[in-house]
Amino acid sequence: MFDALSDKFSGIFEGLRRRGALSEADVNEALREVRLAMLEADVALPVVKDFIARVRERAVGSEVLDAVSPGQQVAKIVNDALVEALGGAGAVPLNLNAPAPIPILLVGLQGSGKTTTAGKLALRLRTRERRRVLLASLDTQRPAAQLQLAQLAERAEVVSLPIVAGQAPVEIARRAMDVGRREGYDVVLLDTAGRLSIDQALMDEVRAIRAATNPVETLLVVDAMTGQDAVNTARAFHEALGITGVVLTRMDGDARGGAALSMRQVTGAPIKFSGSGEKIDALDEFHPERVAGRILGLGDIVGLVERAAETIDQDEAERLAKKMLKGSFTLEDYAAQLKQIGKMGSLGSIVGMLPGLGHLKQKIEDANLDQTVFKRQQAIISSMTIQERRQPEIIKASRKKRIAAGSGTSVTDVNRLLKQFDDMSTMMKKMGKMGQKGLMRGGLSALMAQAQQGGRGNPRRPF
Amino acid sequence: MAGFFSRLKQGLSRSTQKLTGGLAAITKRRLDDEALEELEETLIAADLGPAVAKRIIANFRRTRFGTEVTDREIRESLATEIATILEPVAQPFRLDPTRKPHVVLVVGVNGTGKTTTIGKLALQFREENKKPVLVAGDTFRAAAVEQLQIWGERTKSPVIAGATNADAAGLAFEALTRAQRDQADVLLIDTAGRLHNKAALMEELRKIIRVLRKQDETAPHSVLLVLDATTGQNAIQQVRVFKEMVDVTGLVVTKLDGSARGGIVVALAEEFGIPVHAVGVGEQAGDLRAFEAVDFARGLVGEPETAPG
Repeated sequence: MFDALSDKFSGIFEGLRRRGALSEADVNEALREVRLAMLEADVALPVVKDFIARVRERAVGSEVLDAVSPGQQVAKIVNDALVEALGGAGAVPLNLNAPAPIPILLVGLQGSGKTTTAGKLALRLRTRERRRVLLASLDTQRPAAQLQLAQLAERAEVVSLPIVAGQAPVEIARRAMDVGRREGYDVVLLDTAGRLSIDQALMDEVRAIRAATNPVETLLVVDAMTGQDAVNTARAFHEALGITGVVLTRMDGDARGGAALSMRQVTGAPIKFSGSGEKIDALDEFHPERVAGRILGLGDIVGLVERAAETIDQDEAERLAKKMLKGSFTLEDYAAQLKQIGKMGSLGSIVGMLPGLGHLKQKIEDANLDQTVFKRQQAIISSMTIQERRQPEIIKASRKKRIAAGSGTSVTDVNRLLKQFDDMSTMMKKMGKMGQKGLMRGGLSALMAQAQQGGRGNPRRPF
Repeated sequence: MAGFFSRLKQGLSRSTQKLTGGLAAITKRRLDDEALEELEETLIAADLGPAVAKRIIANFRRTRFGTEVTDREIRESLATEIATILEPVAQPFRLDPTRKPHVVLVVGVNGTGKTTTIGKLALQFREENKKPVLVAGDTFRAAAVEQLQIWGERTKSPVIAGATNADAAGLAFEALTRAQRDQADVLLIDTAGRLHNKAALMEELRKIIRVLRKQDETAPHSVLLVLDATTGQNAIQQVRVFKEMVDVTGLVVTKLDGSARGGIVVALAEEFGIPVHAVGVGEQAGDLRAFEAVDFARGLVGEPETAPG
């Protein structure tokens, strides 16, 4: 989601790297660009100003003068400040440290994705935390909202509170907690109607719900595409309810997601999850350090491997990750991976996690690549000999013709696949090397790769 | 850490006061660099985007720099400046009476308010004594069909629905056939929300259009993109891709009753010039208004709308 911001940042810091020592003017110039990039990424203006001020304070002065390369140093300061502003290293889990039934309240604007998130959270709590979940919709505003949650509950295989027509939201909340207590549920997830932060009556209503249920978590659900209004929404909800966590939805879109930073800064509450698709299992933990890595143009390879681990299997995922980082990824692996891709979610969300993504993502979009294309690619690889799959460089004109005929495609398709595979391998090799060389020689990218290695050092087991 | 956040919070509320009351702060003073910067920030905070805000202020500077102005004057003239960008796109939605039915395909990313907008449009058409037919083309999201059916009941409009996960294109085809037979005036086709960067889902929309054209080669007569006013700069990409894929003919901007001001519409008007037909200002059936360039521009700069009548 932060692609364009990353592109901008890489450009800026390349400029800085080429110069030698940095003057205050240089820092200011770079920061003007950072400011613009952040505004274009929808980070709210006051948050941008504060961020820039902090980075300037750290960048101008001895830190920069003593550094081996000023560009690296500034880049590191920006990265660190970004990670810090997004909440520091590591994901923050849901607080389930309370006597059952634990009430969790979901709030937000209309259309931010609360109900879908409720379904996803229910599934997650049931499968990973092994909790008995009761879902309850307090949305009496939007037509069929309660029915929607009931249907999602079925998909998540959890129980939803029976719908009683005409009951007011506060009453439904009380009933949900009663049922939760009486029937021994671990968690009661309360989905509320979307409301505008300036709608006094509805804000009073959700305050009353909060008072009646005393939730352990009050999660604000926010669309990653949100613009400058993120600060207003965050402040209003936080002041009214005391937000304990944020869920950022539609992270599988191509919005730059500056709202994440705004939300975090205004509420001080951690971003706990991000929604990454329409399927009921498309809810990921939010890792600030990875997202900052993404901002700076490195992709989210840890996230990719993690998602692979959950949908493929652990051994396969580790093998995949190693191969990717070592750059010894063959067409055979690629074909195997293609088969798994359908399971791993949409193509956009996968490509969005690959390092050096801007370039590849564009290419894939240009090629109008979808699942059909993957099937075609699988067919092409199947028509190759084993030797060809392991050493694609031996594939010349006549072999291409044969492969094209065998797979019912054209030589252009074969060429496209080979070129794309070549690009992928190059990028993965680069990524692997940067990790080993370290800060002094590899420049900014190596620096960031190190930060990512930090993330790999203590991998979070999904189960 | 706590100190930092409380400090930031103070800073933020100060900034907001400055933004919302920003123009009041430059009452009756020289329109200098500082004042212009404040104006630019007001526009950025309203989601016009840094580039558009800069350009508008640069224009403004040429004519106004150094003049002594009052708060009111400055808002008025800035609103006028912005309204000139919006005027060309402020075009009400009109049905083509020669079409029976006029086919309207309603598209957009998830959660922007497509179904609600269709409900509101249906009411408007009913009030004009037209005969609308609604199509529950969102066969994906849980309870989306039921949501549209309730709107059908509220507006006394027939709703054509299929099974869950049914093929939306097939449903649209069937609906068009029936609407033609029943001499309906307008066919409002709801679609599942989809992110514009998902090629397969966008292809699905194109398929709906292809299939509609087998029945009526001029259909759809309108493709409305529903845009959430809280959306930031990503709206530009949204409009670009939807326009490219399904040839969007008009926009409806929803949720303008909130604190978001929808400034991205200015950037969209400059970039694409696609008509903005209507704005949504609430959850009730009557909460759909024509898009008025001057009122909208006034809202962006914090000037109250013109009195009705």
